[in-house]
Amino acid sequence: MRATILAAALLALLSGTAPAEELTLSVAISMKEATEEIGRHFTRSRPGVTLHYNLGSSGELQKQIEAGAPVDVFISAAPRQMDELQQKGLIVPETRRVFARNVLVVVRPLDSSVDLSKPADLLDPRIRRIVIGNPRSVPVGQYSEESLRTLGLWERLQPKLVLAENVRQALDYVSRGEVDAGFVYTTDAAVRTTRVKQAFRPGEDTYRPIVYPAAVVKDSRRPALARAFVDLLVAPEGRTVLARLGFQPLP
Amino acid sequence: MTPDNLSALALSIRVALVATLLNAAIGIPLAYVLARRRFRGRGFVDLLVTLPLVLPPTVTGYYLIVLLGRRGWLGGPIYGLTGWSITFTWYAAVVAATIMALPLLVRTARAAIESVDRDFEKAAFTLGRSEWRTALEVTLPLARNGILAGLVLAFARALGEFGATLMLAGNIPGRTTTVPLAIYTSVQTGETGEALVLVAMLTALSCVVLVAAARLGARAA
Repeated sequence: MRATILAAALLALLSGTAPAEELTLSVAISMKEATEEIGRHFTRSRPGVTLHYNLGSSGELQKQIEAGAPVDVFISAAPRQMDELQQKGLIVPETRRVFARNVLVVVRPLDSSVDLSKPADLLDPRIRRIVIGNPRSVPVGQYSEESLRTLGLWERLQPKLVLAENVRQALDYVSRGEVDAGFVYTTDAAVRTTRVKQAFRPGEDTYRPIVYPAAVVKDSRRPALARAFVDLLVAPEGRTVLARLGFQPLP
Repeated sequence: MTPDNLSALALSIRVALVATLLNAAIGIPLAYVLARRRFRGRGFVDLLVTLPLVLPPTVTGYYLIVLLGRRGWLGGPIYGLTGWSITFTWYAAVVAATIMALPLLVRTARAAIESVDRDFEKAAFTLGRSEWRTALEVTLPLARNGILAGLVLAFARALGEFGATLMLAGNIPGRTTTVPLAIYTSVQTGETGEALVLVAMLTALSCVVLVAAARLGARAA
């Protein structure tokens, strides 16, 4: 059986009958699991299509596209990075879709015993280090800064802040116990429940709504296929996956 | 230059200087022992010191986290006792730079010490000098240029350390952001102009250092 499959695969490779259609998706790392799962739906109905995931912070992915990286779809964790690409004419505006919403949460290591149930508890001297995404390039850091500013805690917490290059690194610092608290998305906290726990959610009125836009990149060599992927994100299949992984329904 | 870049430059020089001093304190005795003594585990010590030269810096950084992190083999007990942890402090940058630079000093200094004619040492022994004083008064002075070249290389390596530093010290502007990390962030955020100044400075400094090392090396030979 295996030999037959192998022979068939080899034959396909040699004869070149299977046209290799490839899409490269630059995905904000908080969308990793969701896009991978939606990607499996996508390829199941399209034999011969291969998806490549390029994961990072939205700011980092934006800079790569500006530098001419061969990307077909950009999935950002904030409108700002998408807006900047749109102004530079690097995405196809009519393909742009907002497809998911998320919420901030403060997490802490599972074994930590400090009472951390409201924003002011972050000032507790036993909370020595707090990780947020680097606000210069990481959306979760931009939302966290906004929330802390609204709460009047931003200046006072400065000495405790440690900056991460993306939201998963922030989560990792918390799960390794290197920091006492961290700002991530609720959906990230959910992927590492064995090592971190949710402490509290900063009020959703303290920061702008966290919405995820997706769009086809201007220089995509497979714009139709890329557009089909973006459309799947807002289709019922996409919505089901997103809801199951904890993303909020769109208003 | 922006204040962040200035502080990155100041921090880089401070980290590289302290790392070079630590290298001198640890690396010169180590190079001497590896060059002149035969003992059990010598091959293992040599391997351990040289590994950071060939391992990806992120792997070295990972080992440092396992060892020194808040829950590390050494870092855990320290954190338990004092509530202090080295991660995300500038000391962490010093540790990373020291470990990464050590093989360059040890290998260069060791070769210089090995090339010292043993007859001089034997003469010193005959004249009643202990091994300790012979090393200080005969061997090391004769290997001086090679050791200095090694220190210069170690300084340059410490100045340019990136991977292990990022993992152990993080990238916190004003506290642990060294020049290589500032360049990384600037390029990441599209502030290429700022990065360019730092790139030029680091390149110039590294050229000076390499020329200095080459001159010292030529005199040693």
